[in-house]
Amino acid sequence: MDFGPHLLLAILEGAVGAAVLALTALGLSLVFGVMRVVNVAHGEFFMVGAVVAWFVADTVAGHPALGFTAALIIAPVVAGLIAVLVDKLVLKQVEYDPEATIVGTIGVLYILQQTALMTYGPEPRPVEAPFSTRIPLPWFEWGENGFAMFYPWGLSITSYKLFVICAAAAVLVAFWLIMSRTRYGLIMRATQLDRETALAFGIPVSRVYSIVFGIGAGLAALAAVLIVPIQQAYYLMGAEPLLLSFIVVIIGGLGSVRGTVVAALLIGMSDGIISVFLSPTLSKIIATLLVALVLVFRPQGLFGTKAA
Amino acid sequence: MSISTKSFALHAGLIAVLFALGFLLPTYHQGNLARIMVLATYAVGYNVLFGYTGLLSLGHAMFFAAGMYGLGLAMHLGGLPPVPAFIIGLIAAAALSTIVALLALRTIGVAFMIVTLMFSQAVFLTILYLGTYTGGDEGFVIAQSSRQILGYDLTHPLTRYMAALFVFSAALLITARMMQASFGQVLIGVRENEERTTMLGYDVFRHKLASVIISGTISGAAGATYALLFGYVGATFGSVQYSIFPLLWVLLGGAGTTIGPLVGAVFMFYLIDYSSGLTNAYMLIAGVVLVLLTLFARAGLVGEIRKRWIAWLP
Repeated sequence: MDFGPHLLLAILEGAVGAAVLALTALGLSLVFGVMRVVNVAHGEFFMVGAVVAWFVADTVAGHPALGFTAALIIAPVVAGLIAVLVDKLVLKQVEYDPEATIVGTIGVLYILQQTALMTYGPEPRPVEAPFSTRIPLPWFEWGENGFAMFYPWGLSITSYKLFVICAAAAVLVAFWLIMSRTRYGLIMRATQLDRETALAFGIPVSRVYSIVFGIGAGLAALAAVLIVPIQQAYYLMGAEPLLLSFIVVIIGGLGSVRGTVVAALLIGMSDGIISVFLSPTLSKIIATLLVALVLVFRPQGLFGTKAA
Repeated sequence: MSISTKSFALHAGLIAVLFALGFLLPTYHQGNLARIMVLATYAVGYNVLFGYTGLLSLGHAMFFAAGMYGLGLAMHLGGLPPVPAFIIGLIAAAALSTIVALLALRTIGVAFMIVTLMFSQAVFLTILYLGTYTGGDEGFVIAQSSRQILGYDLTHPLTRYMAALFVFSAALLITARMMQASFGQVLIGVRENEERTTMLGYDVFRHKLASVIISGTISGAAGATYALLFGYVGATFGSVQYSIFPLLWVLLGGAGTTIGPLVGAVFMFYLIDYSSGLTNAYMLIAGVVLVLLTLFARAGLVGEIRKRWIAWLP
């Protein structure tokens, strides 16, 4: 393939990664923004989503779309409920002390991961995509016969990947509408701005925290269900989305939702594009170092305006 | 007896018991305890920063790995004898901790944890990326014939045990002495109330910087010792898991206590050792212990004993 079509392919692959990353990072960012909790177990909720999706798809007979649709609903709910439980049993008990919550969620990380290893097993397994038609993409070029359109070999995307991008975009828009237009969003934003005042105005802060933690985990699980027909469900799959989400949340500014989405697109896309042209390990080294330096020299993030 | 005499007696007694155990234990447990003492040295290093200075690092594996690869590569590729290679390991860990400290100490709290985590991850990925030299995931073995100091064969179980005890005792005594000196007292001041320590006229940044470097160098010494005594250098030792382990040991044993790191390492090692006989998901135990510790025993085992019964415990 020529450079042009190759780049287009990389952009499309990057867009799929960015879409899923945006959802995952949004969950992490929401939890950090509202609760000031760094959830180290976030990647494991992603993994739980993928594993539950496999179990559901495996149980439901019939067309793969049935199982997939069921998983799309069940997996986020399961992950959300586990998260609510974690919030009530661990985070609330340590009164959301920053260090204690980090150590506690590291513990939760290992509990979830190792429970998956015991029940689901060590081998990665795929979930069948509900639909997966190959859509060849055209390429335009000035050739010897003037302007021409043709279909280069290998330049294509599946209908499922397009669906992932659209679904993630829809969820992001819905999330934004809920946060900005509804009473629930108002309550969450109020809690984020000033916990004590919100409490004084009768907002059940501790319930809001539980729900926010549940939604955060649910978003990660939803992202995992979307990606699992492309990647496979595996008990160690949580590390990568966790790291990338951290990067996104830091670059976007801790706790800023808009920054998170912009950064997710930027990082997801560049991760997809760079890893086509560079060694993935090298691009990860550069990315982690850059993020550490951003935190050191610009702790409010690249898009943040206020000091964190 | 004054407190410093008592704590000296405690440390001397502990080292004497460990020395005697070297001759008394059956081979299997002798080997385990040798390993535990090296890992406890790592925890002692971690404790300087976390327990005494109050800075939670999630990236100490990079210092452990720096010592390990410093010694390992010097012996494996450079063909150096163990002692100069060990010094190279120490220098590598000290250099890395200086660079990391200068950058990471500009941040505080959660940002400090994430920055250390990211730097450590970058080091881990670099080890994988330079697979041609480091052996990547699989690592490399240091030839048995080269692991000799002054005619002592470090691969012999008893010699190995005594070498581990030597390194552990050195780390224990150095840090215990340091914490009684005014330098250590300032570190504790930083942990308890950073503003007040600044107001009293101490240079907080320089004390923190020294704390990271000392902590990192002791961790590196542990890494170098591990490679030398057990003959294996691998990328696993630079992974996130090996940053979590010292945190776990120190929390379990008691942060800010001198013997806590050893107690925590012994407990955790045998807990994981027994449970890995039952299931391959042995890290589950680590997770459960971490959660229980955050919930019920924030001071750790030795810390709780100090709080309830023996107030003078160092």
